[in-house]
Amino acid sequence: MQSETFRSPRGIANWLDPASTLGIMAVAVALLMIGGHFDLSAGVLVGTTALTVGIVATELRQNLWVAIAVALLVALAIGFVNGWLVTRTGLPSFIITLGTFLMLQGLNLGLTKLFTSTVSVGGIDDVPGYAAAEWVFASKMQVLGAEVRVAVLWWLLFTALATWVLLRTRFGNWVFATGGDDVAARNVGVPARRTTITLFMTTAAAAWFVGTTLAVRLTSVQANTGIGQELIYIVAAVIGGCLLTGGFGSAVGASLGALIFGMTQLGIPYLRWDADWFYFFLGAMLLLAVLANRLVRRYAEAARR
Amino acid sequence: MSTPPTTPLLELRDLGKDYGSVIALDGISATVRAGEVTCVLGDNGAGKSTLIKILSGVHRADRGELLLDGFPVSFGAPREALDAGIATVYQDLAMIPLMAVWRNFFLGAEPTRGRGPFRRFDAARAKETTRRELAAMGIDIRDPDQPVGTLSGGERQSVAIARAVHFGARVLILDEPTSALGVKQAGVVLRYVAQARDRGVGVVLITHNPHHAYPVGDRFLLLNRGRSLGEFAKADISREELTRLMAGGAELDALAHELERPTD
Repeated sequence: MQSETFRSPRGIANWLDPASTLGIMAVAVALLMIGGHFDLSAGVLVGTTALTVGIVATELRQNLWVAIAVALLVALAIGFVNGWLVTRTGLPSFIITLGTFLMLQGLNLGLTKLFTSTVSVGGIDDVPGYAAAEWVFASKMQVLGAEVRVAVLWWLLFTALATWVLLRTRFGNWVFATGGDDVAARNVGVPARRTTITLFMTTAAAAWFVGTTLAVRLTSVQANTGIGQELIYIVAAVIGGCLLTGGFGSAVGASLGALIFGMTQLGIPYLRWDADWFYFFLGAMLLLAVLANRLVRRYAEAARR
Repeated sequence: MSTPPTTPLLELRDLGKDYGSVIALDGISATVRAGEVTCVLGDNGAGKSTLIKILSGVHRADRGELLLDGFPVSFGAPREALDAGIATVYQDLAMIPLMAVWRNFFLGAEPTRGRGPFRRFDAARAKETTRRELAAMGIDIRDPDQPVGTLSGGERQSVAIARAVHFGARVLILDEPTSALGVKQAGVVLRYVAQARDRGVGVVLITHNPHHAYPVGDRFLLLNRGRSLGEFAKADISREELTRLMAGGAELDALAHELERPTD
């Protein structure tokens, strides 16, 4: 059967690849969701950073590492603005980041056209610094005869790091508290605002990492990169056990969510089913996950009187 | 207690606070001494919450003075009040329900070990301390890893009180700790209030229930529509008088008269 290929090292490497870039984002988005917020601009921000890397490197003729550093600053600034607006106004992050999402979508297209007169940036591999950047962001390794991309390693590393931060640092405790009840958290002295802003900046930094990976890997970037992905990140985090209401979830769960996503995405063509069914399965998994999460919450909040 | 120290821990002198043109609080004076319970009693809208907010650093007073150990203070943030040793336990907002008891216990004051990027939350010590401190207050929590949401209302309040005492609170402000509880649970909480008092903490107990306030209180501040009806030592007021004053005294008499069956 086809599933033989699916289970072979090469097959595994195949579905690990989409899971890895999605997983890096899902882990960051999970932290943000545990902290009680959404970031709808996370997907388009991947495009923004990839385009920034491309434009600064090829149009402004800078070293690729300079371009990557500029993209990081841009991402952190956007993350800061998201977090600052959310904590300042008290409006739902859903609305605030929907605003930044739409603005960035327009900016991505407008600025790309302004610089290149087309809707894409290319030739990133002709820029000085590419070899080193390729080694960090897009190298390939041979594992059991299969070609595995370095993004898989980064994904594992980030998952481990996020888990450690969540469970074993003061900041992690503050993330759970801010998402659980930000007023109560502030009352006992948790810097809830700073925690929220840091989480938005972390999500933006993850978007920068994935954006840079895409730019270096593909060497050309379309202006519409990343649009629509923001919901996939949230779906992966929710399948992995994050509550939509905040205060509960895990980085490992979000990574498993991304893994399930990658397996389904490639499993369906392997089974020679119509790929159109993919979104049906995704939606069904999301519903099941939300129902399961609700049970967890009920258990935890059922006060015995 | 029998020998009150010369300087009260906390002294309120003619405190007042306005929200726009509304006078929320005016001319409030009271004292809080170490090892004593000062009860603040008042009906809904009497200004109890405003008073808590001033004491706990959420708002600044517009008039009057707040003295800590005899020195005037003014808190701009809850953190400042906490650092000065004034801890507040809010009615519903004391704990994060989805977090484990030990995580809640150390929230905002997590013990750490290691240095630089390896500085981490010392979970083992936090769990151990939580269990020991709760046991010292006579609180039996089966498992410090269980989420606070699975505790009863009384247990939650008790954990919050133990937490404040552990972190060296000299003044403990309790906002309606018994209002949402049944008779038995309320008794449990009042016992921990007495425990905290016996450990030398100055307790401010805010309540609208004179039956909860009287047995544990040493002095009573009565509020009505933002103004003080006076501060009484326990020796100067009986439970009946306290109840009568609380219930609105003359107002209630008039109401009773109005509601009487017409006799013909």
